[in-house]
Amino acid sequence: MSSSFGQQPPATPVKRTGAQILWECLVREGVTTIFGYPGGAILPAYDAMLDYPIRHVLVRHEQGATHMADGYARASGKVGVAIATSGPGATNMVTGIATAMMDSVPIVCITGQVGSKLIGSDAFQETDITGVTLPITKHNYLVTRAQDVAAAVREAFHIAKSGRPGPVLIDITKDAQQSSCDFDWEAAAPRPHARPEIVINSASIARALELINSAERPVILAGHGIMVSNAETVVRQFAERAEIPVAMTLLGLGGVPASHPLNLGMMGMHGEAWVNTAIQEADLLLAFGMRFDDRVTGNLKTYAPNARKVHIDIDPAEIGKNVKVDVGIVGDLRDVLENLLPGVAGGKRTAWLRHIDELKGDSAVRDIQNLPDDGHLYAAHVIHDIWRATEGRAIVVTDVGQHQMWEAQYYHHDQPRTLITSGGLGTMGFALPAAIGAKFAQPDSEVWVVAGDGGFQMTMPELATIAQEKLDIKVAIINNGYLGMVRQWQEFFYERRYAATPLLSPDFTKIADAYGLAATAVSRRPEVGPAIEAARRLKSTAIIEFRVEQEDTVYPMVPAGADLHAMIRRPSPLVETAEDA
Amino acid sequence: MKAHTFVVTVEDLPGVLNRISSLFRRRGFNIESLTVGHTERPGVSRMTFVVLTDQAGAERFAAHLYKLVNVISVQDITAHPAVFRELAMIKVTAPQERRPEIVHLVEVFRARIVDLAPDSLTIEITGNEDKIDGLVDVLRPYGLIEMARTGRLAMTRASRSQAAAVTRPTGDSHDPQVSYSV
Repeated sequence: MSSSFGQQPPATPVKRTGAQILWECLVREGVTTIFGYPGGAILPAYDAMLDYPIRHVLVRHEQGATHMADGYARASGKVGVAIATSGPGATNMVTGIATAMMDSVPIVCITGQVGSKLIGSDAFQETDITGVTLPITKHNYLVTRAQDVAAAVREAFHIAKSGRPGPVLIDITKDAQQSSCDFDWEAAAPRPHARPEIVINSASIARALELINSAERPVILAGHGIMVSNAETVVRQFAERAEIPVAMTLLGLGGVPASHPLNLGMMGMHGEAWVNTAIQEADLLLAFGMRFDDRVTGNLKTYAPNARKVHIDIDPAEIGKNVKVDVGIVGDLRDVLENLLPGVAGGKRTAWLRHIDELKGDSAVRDIQNLPDDGHLYAAHVIHDIWRATEGRAIVVTDVGQHQMWEAQYYHHDQPRTLITSGGLGTMGFALPAAIGAKFAQPDSEVWVVAGDGGFQMTMPELATIAQEKLDIKVAIINNGYLGMVRQWQEFFYERRYAATPLLSPDFTKIADAYGLAATAVSRRPEVGPAIEAARRLKSTAIIEFRVEQEDTVYPMVPAGADLHAMIRRPSPLVETAEDA
Repeated sequence: MKAHTFVVTVEDLPGVLNRISSLFRRRGFNIESLTVGHTERPGVSRMTFVVLTDQAGAERFAAHLYKLVNVISVQDITAHPAVFRELAMIKVTAPQERRPEIVHLVEVFRARIVDLAPDSLTIEITGNEDKIDGLVDVLRPYGLIEMARTGRLAMTRASRSQAAAVTRPTGDSHDPQVSYSV
């Protein structure tokens, strides 16, 4: 085997098998770690892998491989790579691919396929995975010849990370992996596409500036695009110069420091009341790399009725999709803001900011953080304590449900790429594998999993991956004995008829023990801090099961489809006391 | 809602039609007509769509099409001078005694008889949809046995055809569509 990988390509093409070309290309694309599971149709690739400087992480289910690639990509900004065999290996990847598609995460998934002569014959472990993943990938490839491998890999990486990032799948037949051809890296460069270049429209910039400089009650809606285009600095400069408050989407958290005085916090279904009210009262919304998801807008008919809207997004198909905008600017967020910034007049919006501050009203009194210890353990306490112990510097990877919203509310992210969560697809089971990917991407960072008892059990076998790879990940299982968010909806909208939401869990400490991992269980508030500190002192994985209040509720809440200002607020402690008496 | 005509060039590769029809289905666009064929350039296919949508929907449709890697260019030619043609073949009941009437209708519509059987005729007609609809209407009383229509083909008129307005996804409805050659 050649020792020239990663170096300058040889002047004359050399013979390689398709499998060797795959790894040559991955190494040249900068890949060092991949997540996968072998099987018949991908065996030639696995065999060739041993000769290349690639760390392969053996997962316990291919869904885990895709979430790991996803977590790796979100934590690093690089392309994550997952690999699996044909048929069930490939179909098990579907959930992870859809998750990455919805959240615009660059991953490349490689699948084996049955021999090209067998395609269409319903051969053993044959699935039309390019057909299956067509609507959930940016693009996909069926490669049936060794000479097409290099071009597919190079183009896949280009597509995954360019424009609006997303997943790309490469399905490679077994014979394409086995047969040989000339390998020519240069000749396989991604083709330039004839499509029009995105050019930032100067007339739109001028109209946006007019709106910005004349607005009295503007709000910036800051989304995931900040991280994707590395626009953290320019967003902050923009907000500070114009003195415009910033509301965050779930995936935007960390894009502007939570501690920044202009950062209002998270908007939408479980956003704080003053954030949503500010949006509803605004006269200008500046949407920065976000897509007006229904969880963010509530009822579109009554959404920010008095606001002009400026929408900046890299994806032209997002402009005007959900919310009619006055000015749409297609482009990379950082480029667009750098174009806008010189024209932004220094603002003094003292009255507007003071008004938003007044909107907070008695919110602080209602906040669970400020209630006396009533002997119950609440998830919000746990997350607050994790935030305090880690000084807000950990990478937190959440699952989906109540704990996810509490994390967004009570873990204050000052750094980008420190919250990794499945926003668009809402994929339960995401946290544990995504955290493994994040740990490989940022081995020197403290990585915490925050998961519910439901989602954790969906991908729990990846604990074996943690054990085998000897990783140091801290795991907080927020166990309330229910599928909590679904139960909350049943409580509010289905007359407390708890259909299939009470959830039996194993003793998670024994589960951990079986995998050789440290674990403890906590059920009282005073034990929380010490348990977190003990876990942090370990140089290996530690699992803490927090047995929290069973029927706790995420407040505030805007019911699905309701007006954004019509939120159910946290109960006032005064009212609650009266009820108890 | 009105009929928008799109001329789209795509790479001639397996599965491209599937990607495009999947986009229609996924995003809920309603296809009135779709034709596919070769172009003057090897490896490039040309598709003509008629889509029922409003202006904002048409712009979003173009933006979605551009996200498909195999799409080369998208033109919404609805507002441009263009020639539209469709081809239809119509098999109609034609007993001996009524044939002269049918032949006369065929001449009036500048259609052609392409097959003749003891009690039926097959007629070929090329034209815009209205003209074909007109012939179908007058033939219907004789008894339509079978009809096949290709759907709309479209081409912008000569002065513009080399640098036709390619729909550029600026996402800005205030922005006049910019003309440049592909």
